[in-house]
Amino acid sequence: MANTDQEILEGLAEIVAEETGLDKADVLLEKSFTDDLDIDSLSMMTIVTHAEDKFGVRIPDEEVKNLATVGDAVSFIKGAQD
Amino acid sequence: MGLLEGKKLLVTGVLTDSSIAFHAARLAQDEGAEVVLSSFGRQMKLTQAFAKRLPVEAPVVELDATSQENLDGLADAIRAEGFDRLDGVVHSIGFAPQSVMGGNFLTGTWEDVATALHVSTFSYKSIAVAARELMTDGGAVVGLTFDAQFAWPVYDWMGVAKAGLESANRYLARDLGPEGIRCNLVSAGPIRTTAAKSIPGFATMEDAWPTRAPLGWDQTTAEPAARAVCALLSDWFPATTGEIVHVDGGVHAMGQ
Ligand SMILES: NC(=O)c1ccc[n+]([C@@H]2O[C@H](COP(=O)([O-])OP(=O)(O)OC[C@H]3O[C@@H](n4cnc5c(N)ncnc54)[C@H](O)[C@@H]3O)[C@@H](O)[C@H]2O)c1
Repeated sequence: MANTDQEILEGLAEIVAEETGLDKADVLLEKSFTDDLDIDSLSMMTIVTHAEDKFGVRIPDEEVKNLATVGDAVSFIKGAQD
Repeated sequence: MGLLEGKKLLVTGVLTDSSIAFHAARLAQDEGAEVVLSSFGRQMKLTQAFAKRLPVEAPVVELDATSQENLDGLADAIRAEGFDRLDGVVHSIGFAPQSVMGGNFLTGTWEDVATALHVSTFSYKSIAVAARELMTDGGAVVGLTFDAQFAWPVYDWMGVAKAGLESANRYLARDLGPEGIRCNLVSAGPIRTTAAKSIPGFATMEDAWPTRAPLGWDQTTAEPAARAVCALLSDWFPATTGEIVHVDGGVHAMGQ
């Protein structure tokens, strides 16, 4: 089942908020996972795994390096669902 | 009938589906075993997510291998998940601070070396002893090593920790043998897991392996190592203990 960009952003924000304790409203498309949201590699692995389960996609390890911002992750998930 | 039909196993060390332990747990379930996993601290959520991706979702108990409190509570935590006994334990745990690997043999501090030894060497004994009261009918303890006969590029104090693990395996075999508990290690070639990728310069060890191995070697799969773990957990090695089975494509047997 494909989701809209907005649905993916909201779902991802929930996952990030749960892992980091940040407010969902702070998880915006332009935010960098490492620089703005202060997410380390273990948290990133956890977020990616939960996103895979939630959106029914696979995000390969080699791809995770390219997901600098929340927007990058939303686009990748959208592309993987289509 | 599966190789591990009816066996109840504790499998430590599942972090993701790249973990050697994940594949050991998966194959053990395929072969008829019931599996409980362990994880700790911030890694718990990741382990739980991957526990759902096993053929049968496995419960996960808290076990930081360096926490005496967790070790003391291990048997009760496993009982609380419905396991009245254990027939086997997989120790698939290793950690060393980056400051004592990656070419830092001469500069690593004792404090960091001590961490490596506590998590990677001493825990083999601690976990076996913590699980012992559940192994009422004998059983098998299986750990993972990386050939400690040699000095390797970049492995440094982790290599020393593995040498200690290989020795601890012989002593554990001596002391638990009278209870019918077998203790063996699988010495695996390099596999691209989270732990391996965290070793600075791991690629230098990994690259030469396929050409040195008479059978060749695929760093992208833990299946061969996991199969050997399951074989050692099974009843098909009834008189083997204190042993190290190499699953490395044959590299350990070659000269230069
Ligand atoms: N990957 C290889 O190339 C290779 C080769 C030979 C042996 N090994 C050994 O295999 C074992 C499993 O490693 P892997 O390669 O599957 O990597 P991995 O990163 O998937 O697993 C390492 C595990 O150790 C656990 N761990 C670390 N500190 C811990 C602690 N204090 N308490 C409890 N658990 C702790 C982690 O949670 C993780 O699950 C390790 O002993 C490793 O040294 C790995």
